[in-house]
Amino acid sequence: MTTSEPVLEIRNLNVDYGLGPQAVHAVRDVSLTLHRGEVLGLAGESGSGKSTLAYGMTRLLAPPGAISGGSVIYHPADGEPYDVLSLSDNDLRGFRWAETAIVFQGAMNSLNPVHKISTQLNDVLQAHDPKMSAHARNARCREMLKLVGISPDRMEAYPHQLSGGMRQRVMIGMALILQPQVVIMDEPTTALDVVMQRQILGQLIELRERLGFSVIFITHDLSLLVEFSDRIAIMYGGRIVEEAPATALYKDSLHPYSEGLLGSFPALRGPRRELAGIPGSPPDLKAMPTGCSFHPRCPKAFDPCAETIPALGHPDTPDGGTRSVACWLHPVREPVG
Amino acid sequence: MTLSHDTEAPASEVVLEAVGLTKHFPVRRNLRSLMSRTSSAVHAVDDVHLALRRGRVVALVGESGSGKSTVARLLAQLYPRTDGDIKLHGASTTVKGGRAFRQYATRVQMVFQDPFASLNPVHTIRYHLTRALRIHQHAGSDTAELERALHELLDRVALTPPERYLDKFPHELSGGQRQRVAIARALAANPEALLADEPVSMLDVSIRLGVLNLLRDLKERFNLAILYITHDIASARYFADETMVMYAGRMVEAGDSETVTQSPAHPYTRLLIDSAPDPDRIENMASDSTDRGNGEPPSLIHPPAGCRFHPRCPMAMPRCTTDLPTPIEIGDKPGHWAACWLYDEATVAAQPPGSAAATGAGGETAPQPATAAPSTGEAR
Repeated sequence: MTTSEPVLEIRNLNVDYGLGPQAVHAVRDVSLTLHRGEVLGLAGESGSGKSTLAYGMTRLLAPPGAISGGSVIYHPADGEPYDVLSLSDNDLRGFRWAETAIVFQGAMNSLNPVHKISTQLNDVLQAHDPKMSAHARNARCREMLKLVGISPDRMEAYPHQLSGGMRQRVMIGMALILQPQVVIMDEPTTALDVVMQRQILGQLIELRERLGFSVIFITHDLSLLVEFSDRIAIMYGGRIVEEAPATALYKDSLHPYSEGLLGSFPALRGPRRELAGIPGSPPDLKAMPTGCSFHPRCPKAFDPCAETIPALGHPDTPDGGTRSVACWLHPVREPVG
Repeated sequence: MTLSHDTEAPASEVVLEAVGLTKHFPVRRNLRSLMSRTSSAVHAVDDVHLALRRGRVVALVGESGSGKSTVARLLAQLYPRTDGDIKLHGASTTVKGGRAFRQYATRVQMVFQDPFASLNPVHTIRYHLTRALRIHQHAGSDTAELERALHELLDRVALTPPERYLDKFPHELSGGQRQRVAIARALAANPEALLADEPVSMLDVSIRLGVLNLLRDLKERFNLAILYITHDIASARYFADETMVMYAGRMVEAGDSETVTQSPAHPYTRLLIDSAPDPDRIENMASDSTDRGNGEPPSLIHPPAGCRFHPRCPMAMPRCTTDLPTPIEIGDKPGHWAACWLYDEATVAAQPPGSAAATGAGGETAPQPATAAPSTGEAR
């Protein structure tokens, strides 16, 4: 399913909150490529900039958030690639949802409580294709609900009549209704129970196989990502510190922060080990440490870490071509981006 | 200030005990139910038995809505119970408020889930802790003693140096630090039992272990009895000595944590363990459509008859739909039981339950009774 053809390329994206010298740099110099049909996991602690990155690349940032540099190149299924950041308002309206859909954090509460499910689904179709007949719209909505495992006779239900898991499914169905190429999911299952979480993610993976969209999956639960995504990018302090195929990251993580994150999950199987987590707390974006932002918490920090920011690049390992890391411990063969 | 109430108490002494604890929340009546005189209630917690021992951690695991937080609030006497009993050192205790409640709170303290909401944003850390110390009469007689007690508290939760944190406001601290303050506030009462309601689920993953390790350290140093409520069964395995699993207001399985997580007996526990994210399972992710009891928890206003899990259970038998299962010893480890008819020989009439449960961990170890289920109708 996964091809090497890119669908979304983020190049040196910078996002600030506020202006001037007091601006907080929430996303710094992030370069990331999403390939067609791929599930890309984006992991990091709260405040690491992962949600800001998602909103930045879809231009959903509300002031005082502002994009201060970089480009987001979108490759449509047919036609020339274009930069999302330079789209006119009108083009942007067409781009959103039809090309890139987003499932928000706490999606369970994103449905309008005073409108029926059918109205809310219809609304999307009507906005993007006013010429579509009511009958065709209705058929499409029913089809979509069936696809996400909800019986179409729940069309006329209000959100409060559905359970949390069903509301989440409706949200996913709503995101997919215009058959976008890219679906961004911002912590879509954190409010759900593990049993429901597994069902919904299983279904999402199945839908991806069938419909062929790409997913950017944002979460702080790395163990979930390892299981469900193809590639994982780890963010810390607004930068990507490591990016690798899921298995490679799990079996052989390079950055001490990834290692710390992986060591923060108690295992359900195997021997019981004493776990330490990561000492200290996430950095304050208003007063970032010099050099590598992880160095005050890093058990392996040495001289250059406190002074110079390591660049993200392909490491000098046998599988170095498929992964990248920003750490002084791992000499970089060639920089990324 | 002294640390333990009576140092000579044995380590495994039962501090707090729930016997047949039950809580039904009345549902707001509408006109029709007034006419028909039927009163309905949410059966949030039914017949829960548990014992918190000194220096031991008991984990209560379940989905949201399974009643685990209600159990904690009942134990903290924040809700009046509908039925059953709460015993503090063997003596039945009911407090409604006032001085009796305060006295109870000196011995049983609670830590809440959300440290962003449980600390007052307009007060400093010093205020929060001083207030707790004063209320429970551990503040000492002069400012120097109070200061010492404050420092000691922050030291205990590893917020050092204490003077750096005392005069901060909650918004100046990170989530992990805030939760440490909440724990320090609970410790200010110098309690014997600590009820921790999802103490780490709001925290960042990298911080969680630090807080769990702190709680474990406190348990060992001060011989605390801890109830750890969580939906993450892997952390229960890591942190708790004993694990109890709740489903739809009832306890379905209990035993020592290692046994419950490694050889789960109840089909619901198995479902819970199979659903937990497991990075080692990358390879067989695709084969996820097997029926292990997907679906949703039942309505607790009209809970299903018999076993409350039977509508979702892949191994349900006719008896499950009518008779409420009683706790049945599994037999692999002492104290490991499940409320499931699969382990009743007369019901299953197939194999001794011990061999069915101890075959190993994981999803593919469904006991043979599944095939024997159709024949069980006659066993009744």
